[in-house]
Amino acid sequence: MDWKRFGFIAIIIIILFGVVVIIGGGQVKPLVIITSMAATTIMVATPLTLGALSGTFCERSGVVNIGIEGMMLGSAFFGWLAAIYMNSIFSFPAMPSLLIGVLAAILTGGLFALLLAVLSVSFKVDQIIGGTVINILAVGISGFMNRQLFFEKGSIFKGQVPHAPGVLPTIHIPLTNLLSPLCETNTACMDVIAAINKIFDQRPIALSAIVLVFVSHFVLFNTRWGLRTRSVGEHPRAADTVGINVAFMRYANVIIGGFMAGLAGAYFTIESVPSFEPLLTNGRGFISLAAMIFGNWTPFGAWAASLVFGAAQALQINLQFFREYIPPQWAFLQQSYIVGLAPYILTMLILAGIVGRTIPPAEDGKPYEK
Amino acid sequence: MTIVLEAKGITKQFPGVLANDKVDFDLRKGEIHALLGENGAGKTTLMNILYGLYGADSGQVNIDGAPITIHSSKDAIAHGVGMVHQHFMLIPVFTVTENIMLGAETDHRLSNDQRKWWQRSLFPQLDVLDRKTVAAKVTDLSHQYGLDVNAEAIVGDLPVGVQQRVEIVKALYRKAKILILDEPTAVLTPQEADDLFRIMHELTERDVSIIFITHKLKEVLAVADRITVMRGGKVVGTVMPKETNLAQLASMMVGREVILKVKKDAAKPKEEVFRVEDLHVLDQRGLETVRGVSFSVRAGEILGIAGVQGNGQTQLVEGLTGLRPTSSGRILLSGEDVTGKPPRPITETGMSHIPEDRQRHGLVLSYTVADNMVLCSYYLAPFAKGSVIQRDQVDANARKLIKEFDVRTPSPYVPTSKLSGGNQQKVIVARELSRPIKLLIANQPTRGLDVGSIEYIHHEIITMRDRGVGVLLVSAELDEIMALSDRIAVMYRGEIVTVVDAKKATREQLGLWMAGARVEII
Repeated sequence: MDWKRFGFIAIIIIILFGVVVIIGGGQVKPLVIITSMAATTIMVATPLTLGALSGTFCERSGVVNIGIEGMMLGSAFFGWLAAIYMNSIFSFPAMPSLLIGVLAAILTGGLFALLLAVLSVSFKVDQIIGGTVINILAVGISGFMNRQLFFEKGSIFKGQVPHAPGVLPTIHIPLTNLLSPLCETNTACMDVIAAINKIFDQRPIALSAIVLVFVSHFVLFNTRWGLRTRSVGEHPRAADTVGINVAFMRYANVIIGGFMAGLAGAYFTIESVPSFEPLLTNGRGFISLAAMIFGNWTPFGAWAASLVFGAAQALQINLQFFREYIPPQWAFLQQSYIVGLAPYILTMLILAGIVGRTIPPAEDGKPYEK
Repeated sequence: MTIVLEAKGITKQFPGVLANDKVDFDLRKGEIHALLGENGAGKTTLMNILYGLYGADSGQVNIDGAPITIHSSKDAIAHGVGMVHQHFMLIPVFTVTENIMLGAETDHRLSNDQRKWWQRSLFPQLDVLDRKTVAAKVTDLSHQYGLDVNAEAIVGDLPVGVQQRVEIVKALYRKAKILILDEPTAVLTPQEADDLFRIMHELTERDVSIIFITHKLKEVLAVADRITVMRGGKVVGTVMPKETNLAQLASMMVGREVILKVKKDAAKPKEEVFRVEDLHVLDQRGLETVRGVSFSVRAGEILGIAGVQGNGQTQLVEGLTGLRPTSSGRILLSGEDVTGKPPRPITETGMSHIPEDRQRHGLVLSYTVADNMVLCSYYLAPFAKGSVIQRDQVDANARKLIKEFDVRTPSPYVPTSKLSGGNQQKVIVARELSRPIKLLIANQPTRGLDVGSIEYIHHEIITMRDRGVGVLLVSAELDEIMALSDRIAVMYRGEIVTVVDAKKATREQLGLWMAGARVEII
C-alpha cells in the first residue's frame, strides 16, 4: 500500500466529511458533526471491511471469491433465523440467542466457502462461475425459506414474522477515563477525547472487524501460515516443491474467508437491524471486493478503502439531519438517491484505476494442476 | 567411491507415452553425473520421480544403500535430495530469505519438545516468522560456498544467474547432499554458466553430489565426471567424458548420425530491405523495454540478435511486426514506412514472422493444419471468392505444403494441437515461407525442438537467405546465433550494444556484451 493511495483515501474522506460540516456547521458544532460522521463511517464500513478481509484471504491463496455477496446474504439469513429459533421456539434469553445467531452466521459463511473450495480447488471449476453459483444459491435459499417459514399459511410461524430478540448492544470502552489525565484541565482537549471515545462506542461486530484487520495483517505477513498462504497464491508449484499442500492451504483460506463473510452477514441482521428482507446485502459484497482490490490485497488497504465507501454512505445518512439547510445551489444533494449513488460511483472510479494499478497475486483465480 | 543414490528399473507411463522404461541410474558421492537427452527423452520425468513430484509405476530408489519410498517432495527433501528446476521455483515478490524459509520456517524460540506445555503454541502454523535468523544463515551459506546472495533482496529484482544461486542456497539450507540441476544453463550467459560450473565444483568438493541435466553437448564434456544418455524413455548408455566426443554423444542422443555444423556459403548481401531507426517500445506494464534501437537488414543476409532472454527482444519483435504499438521511431520495409501499421498491411508488404511462442501466437491450435496454413492469406484469391472460403483451394495448398515442408501429420484436417512441437513449427514455417516475402523475422525459431527439427529449420532459414530474403534472427541460444548469422547485434536492457561481423565474433566477447559490458572494452 503506497502513500499515494492512502493520501487519495484521506482526501476523499476529508471532502465527504467537509460537505456535511459546511452544510450543518451553522446548526451544530463541527466537532459533533465530525464525531457523528466518523462513528457512522466505522459502523457502516463494518461489512465492507469484513468482506474485503474475506476476499483478501481467499485471493492471497489464489482463489477468486466473487461469492462474498452471496455468503453475506446467506449467513445474514441463517444467523437471524438461528437467533429467532433460539429465542421464540426454544425460549432462550435474547443475548445467548443473538450470540448463537452470530455463530450460525459464521458457520453458514464457512459452509458456503467450503462449497466454493470444493468447486474451485477440487473440481477446478472456473472460479467466477463458482462464485456466481454461490450468489445465486444464497438469493434463492434465503428468499425461498424466508417466504416458506414466515409467509405461508401452516408454516411454523403461522404467517407471522416473530419478534426478533433485538440487536447486539453497544460496547462502551472507557477511553475517556484512560486518556483524560493527558489533558489536565484543558477543556478543548477533553472534548476531543470525549469525541474519540464516542467514535469507538460501537457494537461488537464493528469492533471485532477492526481487531481482525490488525490480526489479519499480522497473520498474513508475519506468520508461517501467512507466508505459505501467499506462496500458494503467487506460485503454487514452487510451494508444492517445498512440501506445502496447495489444496489444503487453499481450502483453509477460503473457509477462513467464509467465516469472515459470515460475520459480515451477522452484522446486517443481528447487529444493525433485527430483521431480514430478501436481497438486503444490496451489493455490499461486491463493493467489498472493490475495497480489496483498491487496498491492493492487504488488510490495512482493504480497511482504508472500506472506510471511504463507509464515509460515502455516512454522508447520505448524516445529510438527512440537515436537509433543510442544504444551500439552494447544492439542491441536488436533497435528492437522497443521488447521494446514495456515491458509494457505487466511487466503486467505479476506483476500479477504473484512478490511483494507479494494483497487482493481484500472480496465480489468483487459476486452478493448480499438478 | 560410495554410491549415494541408486534408481533401479524406474518405469513411468503417461497417457500415450512411456516416459521412463526400466531406467537404471546411479550417483556417486561428490561427482557430477550428467544426464543427457533430447526433449521428451524422459530426463525430467526421472528427476521428478526422484524428487517426489511424480510417483513411479514401478522401480526402486535407494539412498545411501537403503531403499526409500518417496511420496512427495517433502520426503525427498528429508532424504537430502534438492532440486533446482529449469523454471525456478521462486516467488518473485518474496525476498530471498522468505523464499528460502518457505516450507521450512523454523521458529526462533525453542523447538516444541524443549518447551513447557504452556509455552507450546496451540497453532504451530501461527508461529511468528524469524526472518533474522534465517537471513543470517543464508548469508553464512552463501559465503561458505562462494554464492554471493543478498538475503534481503526481492527475488524478482535479481538477474537470472543470481536467482539460480538462490535456488542452490535453498537446497543447501535444507541440508541437501544430492543436488539435481535441471537444464541450469538454458537461461544463463556463457559467463554466468562458467560461474555456475565453478560453483558446482565447489559443491562437489564438499561432498555434495550433483545430477546435471542438459542437452548441450559441449557443457557435458567440460564439467561432467560421468555421462548417462537417455533416449525415448530408456538409458542408451553411460560413458566417461574422456572416452567420448561430441559426435558420439549426439548420435547416442538422436539415434542416428547428426550434422552438428550448419552448412552455409558466404552471404551475398544486396540492397537494404529493412531499416529500423531509433525505435522505442513500452511493455504491458508501461516500462520502456526497447530503448532507441536502430539497425538495418540487407537482402540475402542474416542479422542475428543475441541477448539473454528478457532484454527487450520480445517487445522489439512485437513492435516490428505491428503486434504492439511503438512509442517512437521509424520502421521501413523495402523503403515503405510501416511504423504503426497493423499486422496485415505489414504482412502484405512482404514481412513474415515466426513468433516466439508458437502455440499462442503462431497457430490457432484448435484449427486444422490446412486452416493454419492459410491464416495470413485466406481472404485473398485463390483461397477466397468474395467472402466465401474455397475449401478445395485451401486443401490443395495444405497438401502441397505438407509434402514440401515434410510436416508429419496424419492428414491436413488434424487440429494442430495434436502435432508435436517440431511439426507445429513446420506448419508455421510452411505458411510463412511459402509466400513471396522480402523479410523473415524468426524469433526463437528452434526453442524446445529436437535436434532433427532444429537441423531442418536452420536449413530452411539459410535457403531463404540464399534466395535473397533478408532475415532477422532473434535467439537466446548463442550457438544458434553464431551458426546462422552473417552479422550479430547484441541486445542488452533494451538497447543494441553493438553490431559485429559474425566471422570476427567470439563466444567470450559476445557473452560479455550480453552481460552488459560496454563496447569500449574490446
